[in-house]
Amino acid sequence: MMEITPAHYTILSAALFSVGLIGVLVRRNIIIIFMAIELMLNAVNINLVAYANEVENLVGQVFVVFVIAVAAAEAAVGLGIILALFRNKETVNIDEMNVMRS
Amino acid sequence: MPAGFSALDFYYILPELLLTGGAMVVLLLAVLTPRNDNLLLGVSLGTLVASVLSVSLFSGLDVTAARGLLAVDSFAAFFKFIVLLSAGLTMLMSAPYLRVEGLKAGEYYFLILCATLGMMFMASGVDLITLFIGLETMAVSFYILAGFLKPNPRSNEAAVKYFLLGAFSLGVLLYGMSLVYGATGTTSLQGIAVALSGQSPSMVIVLAVVLIGAGMGFKIAAVPFHMWAPDVYEGAPTPVTAFLSVGSKAASFAMLLRIFVEALPAVAADWSALFWVLAVLTMTLGNIAALTQSNLKRMLAYSSIAHAGYLLIGVVVGTERGVASMLVYLGVYLFMQLGAFAIVVAMRRSDVVGDELKDLGGLFRRSPAAAFMMLLFMLSLGGIPPTAGFMGKVWLFGAAVDAGFVWLAVIAVANSAVSLYYYLRVVVFMWMHEDAQPGSPLVFGPAMTVALGIAILGTVVFGIYPQLLFEQAQAAAGTLEGFSATVALR
Repeated sequence: MMEITPAHYTILSAALFSVGLIGVLVRRNIIIIFMAIELMLNAVNINLVAYANEVENLVGQVFVVFVIAVAAAEAAVGLGIILALFRNKETVNIDEMNVMRS
Repeated sequence: MPAGFSALDFYYILPELLLTGGAMVVLLLAVLTPRNDNLLLGVSLGTLVASVLSVSLFSGLDVTAARGLLAVDSFAAFFKFIVLLSAGLTMLMSAPYLRVEGLKAGEYYFLILCATLGMMFMASGVDLITLFIGLETMAVSFYILAGFLKPNPRSNEAAVKYFLLGAFSLGVLLYGMSLVYGATGTTSLQGIAVALSGQSPSMVIVLAVVLIGAGMGFKIAAVPFHMWAPDVYEGAPTPVTAFLSVGSKAASFAMLLRIFVEALPAVAADWSALFWVLAVLTMTLGNIAALTQSNLKRMLAYSSIAHAGYLLIGVVVGTERGVASMLVYLGVYLFMQLGAFAIVVAMRRSDVVGDELKDLGGLFRRSPAAAFMMLLFMLSLGGIPPTAGFMGKVWLFGAAVDAGFVWLAVIAVANSAVSLYYYLRVVVFMWMHEDAQPGSPLVFGPAMTVALGIAILGTVVFGIYPQLLFEQAQAAAGTLEGFSATVALR
């Protein structure tokens, strides 16, 4: 039976962060980009909880609660913004965001 | 009272508490008396004044409050004055703009106050969690403010772009913070500095420096993390753009200095090199892109990117003198940038958008006063004596030369020369082009007059007596911890 060490959590978190990062870069749907960003934030949460266990204090876990709360607030505001955009443009494709060009 | 907190902690956050209370009152008044814009403006400004007065209660103090989460020192106070003043000027110039656009004043002032609250925590936080909460309080308010013109597709787009890139940069920043926590076991800036001192920096910390640098780079719109700035600055309501380019930038620089100078002096050589590259890229690309813009707001956006590049010189230098010069520059930047934006706001009328460069055509014949004010702000942004912008640049570039960054100073001076082209192009439009809207002079209401008056006063007075500002900045930079370690490494 293999033991799960902090290194495993770090690798999981790095992988999740990379998936999120690539998602933001390659996907064109705003909602999916936003979901990819949420993945990045959850990678941070895994890191913080794993490190909190490793360094044996609770600061990391407190940090996670704040990150979750902020992510929720951002989701509320962000979806509202996307809805306002959809009412005017009837699209959530990032490639069609080109009203302003230099 | 929460365990571990004393009444003194609540006394030390009095400015923030007043701001929170004022914001709540504004929101309530907006429901009770929906169409009373002047009352709402009065209460919001009153809140800011009360907050400024309570910040000055703590002048000269250098303590940490709330179990080491917040610092009450001159550095925090300096930045609090900057963000409160920029919030006040923004509100004053918003009053006529809100009327023209038919926007609801209550929510608008509430969001400005909330953003200011976040900025104040960014200035005084000495713990990664506090700084991050402050940053998000500011950012979420700005996402809404950028999209405040709901029927306007440009404003929608600005909000979406700012939101997506803001949230993305937050993810990058937090990942860096989590690595720092993992390596040191603490989120307190002092604790991190202590844990890192006396050992050679690991790869993890260097990676964290890069990630946090990139995350903060987004917030200060440093190249190559600047792509959101021109679109957001162009699409957002003009007073919001003004506040974004001054308040948000100042607060982000405060947070950047706190993190890098206070917590990470052990890797000063690494981040100093990182910011050297960012500073050169930022000022050069910002200035070159500004040369060809035809939209005034977009041009000011690129100009603001270039100014972020100049400001980064202070971070690269990283000495007390460098940081003090940077604070001086932020102080003068506040007046000249907000002044220029106030003129753009005044151009907006019911039938004219007024943010294209050609709308300025013949402004001298239409409203000579407005043209002269714009001339002053443009000269100051370009760094022509005897304006404040010149003194700011002299100090900043001088600090770079003193610390041995001669090439950086040379590049910055060359950039200032390039920037004169597009600032003077505005002047050429105002004096030499034909009248865009003949016979309709700009009208300045009382609020706008006060805002412009303060901006002019700051630009002129600090150009002639810059010592006033420099003494404050020197005291503020002196309270930032961690210089000794930084200097020892060089």
